[in-house]
Formats: sequence, C-alpha cells, structure tokens
Amino acid sequence: MPSASDPAVEVSHLDITYRTTYEKVPTLKSALVRLGRRQTAVREIQAVRDVSFEVPQGAVMGIVGANGAGKSTLMRSVAGILPPTAGRIVVNGRVSTLLALGVGFNAALSGRENVVLGGLAAGLTRDRLEERYEEIADFAELGDFMDLPMKTYSSGMYGRLAFAVAVHMEPDILLVDEALSAGDAKFKQKAQAKMLELCQRAGTILLVTHALATVKDLCSDAIWLHKGQLIQQGKPEEIVEAYTRFLKVGESAITDEDV
Amino acid sequence: MRTVPVGGADDDYVLERHVYEPHRAGLPKFGPYVRALWRRREFGFELSRSSLRAAHFGTVFGQLWLVISPLLLGAVYFVLVAIISGQSQGAEFFAHLLAGLFVFYFIAGAMTAGSKSVVGGGRLIMNMAFPRVLLPLSSVLTAFMRFLPTMAVLVVVGAIARVPIGAHLLLALPLLAFIVVFASGMAMVFATLQVYFRDTSNFLPYFTRMWLYLSPVLYYIDQVPEGLRPFSAFNPLFWLIGAWGELLVRGNVPSATVWLGCILWSVGTFVVGWLFLTSREREFAVRI
Repeated sequence: MPSASDPAVEVSHLDITYRTTYEKVPTLKSALVRLGRRQTAVREIQAVRDVSFEVPQGAVMGIVGANGAGKSTLMRSVAGILPPTAGRIVVNGRVSTLLALGVGFNAALSGRENVVLGGLAAGLTRDRLEERYEEIADFAELGDFMDLPMKTYSSGMYGRLAFAVAVHMEPDILLVDEALSAGDAKFKQKAQAKMLELCQRAGTILLVTHALATVKDLCSDAIWLHKGQLIQQGKPEEIVEAYTRFLKVGESAITDEDV
Repeated sequence: MRTVPVGGADDDYVLERHVYEPHRAGLPKFGPYVRALWRRREFGFELSRSSLRAAHFGTVFGQLWLVISPLLLGAVYFVLVAIISGQSQGAEFFAHLLAGLFVFYFIAGAMTAGSKSVVGGGRLIMNMAFPRVLLPLSSVLTAFMRFLPTMAVLVVVGAIARVPIGAHLLLALPLLAFIVVFASGMAMVFATLQVYFRDTSNFLPYFTRMWLYLSPVLYYIDQVPEGLRPFSAFNPLFWLIGAWGELLVRGNVPSATVWLGCILWSVGTFVVGWLFLTSREREFAVRI
C-alpha cells in the first residue's frame, strides 16, 4: 500500500537496453539488400545503466545531462512506455506525460478528438474527460481551432494543447521533457504558474531540461546523468554547478537559453 | 494526506501504484495486460469511431458508398468470371460471389488498416503507456463496421437468388465470430511487421489480390482448381470463406471437420498475432 511517506518514484538499479535501427525508414527491400551484403543495421543501445534514485512526494526533480545521456529514455521508462531491461521502478500515483512530441496524435483529426483520444488512452473515463474538456480548451487558448484538424495548427498551438492536456489529467506525477519551449512568452509564464500550482497540491514533477536557470528556479532536487549513468544527485545549485563545470562553459551562456 | 485507491501491485496501467520490472521472456504479464486492455476499451471504440467519422461513415452518402462500392466490385468479378468461364452464371452464383467477396474485403480491410495502426499511432505510442494491441483491434472494429452495411446487400441479393432460409443461418454468427478472430490475428501480425518493414503495406495489395484468387470466392468450394487442391487446407480462407459461402448460399451446414479447421486457423492466427505483437511492443516506442 502506498502511503504518504512513500517516495513518489523509486528507481532501483535500472538498466535499459534496446535495439533499434540506423535506418530512418526500415524497409523489407533494404533489409534484403543488407542480407545480401551480410550487413546489419540493428544496433543495441545501452541507454541507462544502473541508475538508482528516489523522488519524494511533492518534489520537483530536475534531470540534467548532455545529449544522449539517457534522460528521455529514463522518462519513458518511468511513464511505463519502455519497461526496464533490469532493475525496478515503482511509481506511486497517476502519471501524466509531457514528452517531447506532445498530444498530437492524428493530425487529420481535430484538436477536440485528439484530446478525447489522448485522455482515454491515458485511462481517464469519458465522464471525467467531459468535465475536464472545457478547462483544457480554455487553458490552451485555442478558441475555434479546437474543432479544426490539428494539421492546421502552428507548432506553438500544438505545444499549448499538449501542455494543457498533460496538466489537466489530474496527475500526481508529471513528467516533462523539454516541452515548455512551446508557446510564446505569455504562455510560458502561464505554464510555469500552472506547474507551481501543481507542486503546491503536493504533485511531483520530473523535469528534463537544458535550461539550467529553470532547474535552479523550479526544482527542489536534481540529478545529473551522463552516458546512461547517474553522476550526481543533490540540491539543484550543486548539480547545476557541477554540471556547468563539467561542460567547461560559462554559466551565462547556458542560462540565457530558452526553457 | 492523500488517500490513494490501490489494486494489486501488478496493475500496470491505470491504478495508482505502478511497478515496472523487466518482462519475462520478452512478454508483458498476461493478466494485468488483459485487464488494462479491458479498462481502455473505450479508447479502442473512440479510435474506431473517429476513423469512421473521417471516412464520412456518419453521412447518408458515406453509408451509401459502403454499399455501392462492394456491389460494383461484385459486378466486375461477376462479368470477369462469366467471360473466363465462357458461360453466364446465375443469381445463385452472384450471391455466392458477394458473400465471399464481402467477407474477404472485411479481412483484407482489417489487415490494411491494422498494418497502419501502430505506425500511425506514433505520437501516442511515444507518449503514453497502454496495451498496444488496442490499436490493431480498433482497426478490426473499423473494418467490421464497414462490413456490416454490406450484409444488408447480401440479404437482398440472397432473397432474389432464393437461397434456402432457415434455422441453419444462425450458424453464420459463430462462423462470423471466427472470421473476426482470424482478421484480428492478421491485423496484429501486419501491425507489427509494418514497424520493422515500412513497405509491408505497399506489398499488401498484391498479396491480398493473390489470396483472393486462391480462395473459394470466384468459384464454389467444390470447383477448386485441381492443382490447388492438395494445398487448400493450408489456406485459412478455404475453411472460413468456404464454410461461409456454402452455409449462406447453398444452405450446407459445415461438417465437424470444417468447424475444427475454422477454429484451429482462427484461434491459431490470433494467438500468433497476439504473441508477435506483445513480444515486440516494448520496442515500438524506440522504433517509430
């Protein structure tokens, strides 16, 4: 039984390995050609290696690291999308994800239909979704665009809708993967305010970002991943400092970056 | 303090405590997987509904087209068979042709839509954890909803051709159930194949066309060409569509052997498709 004292997310000795292909579009034709040449395009990726950490309830955990550090893979496995190769993840609470690509699922369908489909896939009941729908539409500020196919949306509108859906799924734990870059400055402020509100409701947030200023401002905890391994866990200031030193660049160069 | 409704620690998808551990033998745990599937059924229905809406299923002309298009197709094959066989065929043959053709196009439609279901659900797959089997199964539902109006055509043509009517027609229901199970298996196989070979859906039309000619649709089951006969037991549609046509048009109740063949092929295909997809679905998120 999870109780209030259990950590929201508990990751122990997590290993994630997967096989994927070099090819952008794998086809039977190219597979046959490769077979003739006795080549293979499959590559095994050890994305996360022996990572253990805990996220207490109500914490905002920042995850920093260079490209290819395994941050996104870690987020996917906490969301249950990519089960571990070894180790164990325990998540106490309802998870809502805001991973890199947003809700947009079928661009031929309207924003409304995508919200309904996304919500149902996330396990919300239809009644619950109906209650939430107006709030989502209001928050995303899309107006009449809600009933137009999503292919007519700008990328900012896409991002706004994705964010609105993710935060209105009543999550206990919100996983955010560099998704705050969507939308204009005004929406960004609104998004941050909404995240703070979620924190106050004892919600837990895992935030992957390259914007180190956000880590300092928003997070109560941070971890630093490098090449799939956990380098350091601690207070955001310490982690940011250590990570910046590692990157051997002045802090100003990075913190000016977008969220 | 928050009170959290809790089920067993093995309920991976909806309940408030999730434990993620390595899959044993590459397969997700069966019980929780099926429970999660059942809980998300509403998503499968909605997905099917929205693709039907996109195909204007809700409008009068959309529905009408679903009836006219297979009827025209039936007419094309009717003329083709008449020319090739050199003799004009009767109304009974037209009923047989339509019965087989409609079911065949349901299966082919489930395969085609199924092959696009997982790859087409890309963003959803990358963002959310849910049983991926839902995607091809929802395509089968879509194909089935498109198949239903054609049954009305079959009833009219059957009445004109004076096919035998009686209690034996009730057997069409279990037979149709096996056909649906078979189509689901095929949809799952092709949904998975498409992830690895994106040109699968390009080959599919040739494959299905060939399959149509090898199955007892354009001819009665007792007219299977001599050279094909030894192999026909290996064609699942020889059993399924063969039994379907014989039952509906000629009123021949399938023998125990035929029922067994239908059960083995449909359940077997479903199990193979299910295992193929679920053993591969972990990779979908990184392959798409």
